[in-house]
Amino acid sequence: MKRSREPFFWALFSSGGMLAALVLPALLFLTALAGPLGWVTIRGVGEFREIVHSPLARLVSFVLVFLSLFHWAHRFRYTLYDGLQLYHLNALIATVCYGGASALTLAAAWVLWLAG
Amino acid sequence: MNARRTTFHPKWHRERMPIFWWLRKWNYTKFITRELTSFAVGYAALFFLAQIACAARGEESWSRLQAWLRTPAVLAFHGIALLFLLIHSVTWLNLAPRALSMRLGGRRVPSGAVLAGHYAAWLLASAAVAWVLVGTGR
Repeated sequence: MKRSREPFFWALFSSGGMLAALVLPALLFLTALAGPLGWVTIRGVGEFREIVHSPLARLVSFVLVFLSLFHWAHRFRYTLYDGLQLYHLNALIATVCYGGASALTLAAAWVLWLAG
Repeated sequence: MNARRTTFHPKWHRERMPIFWWLRKWNYTKFITRELTSFAVGYAALFFLAQIACAARGEESWSRLQAWLRTPAVLAFHGIALLFLLIHSVTWLNLAPRALSMRLGGRRVPSGAVLAGHYAAWLLASAAVAWVLVGTGR
């Protein structure tokens, strides 16, 4: 019998879900709402670049993006599976979801590599 | 989780399910809304990446991003995205006591304490994010 890859994706889904739950609301609120609306002063481009320059910050950013993307992939796969009852497209949906998340993760690695 | 699909199974009778079956009951709608929060999670991650990319490209790219962020449609979109992220956080953290059975000194930690711990972690993590992001604007 072929060993299931399910636990591996589930682990990514669940750690991504936890990290996203803890970090993303504050991140989006500050950078996309409170900053642009002038409620708080967000770090400017110079300060931002100083942070991104550190390998640790880029590593943390990479982990955040990677896990969040695989959280999306796994959850959306099952939303389609359960929600739209598309059982016959199971293999195609899995490929599109995990493949999309993998491609975007590679792009993230590239962006973060160049940002250093 | 669903049973494995079989292509030809002579005995099963399948009702045709309309695509929007989940709009019929509030509980189903809530379920699908919670499932769709994954899009807000994916978007927020990519948006964060885009910010880093803009900062790396320089002053001009950064100020264009900031101008885009101040347009009303984008602000409204991000308001909705934040709402979905909050739904994700609350539904996710509320499941923690059921997903995690912790023991301390041979006794099971009460679920209220596990829940409080997770919300405290959320608060701390948010404070850390604020500490990193709030600056002088230079």
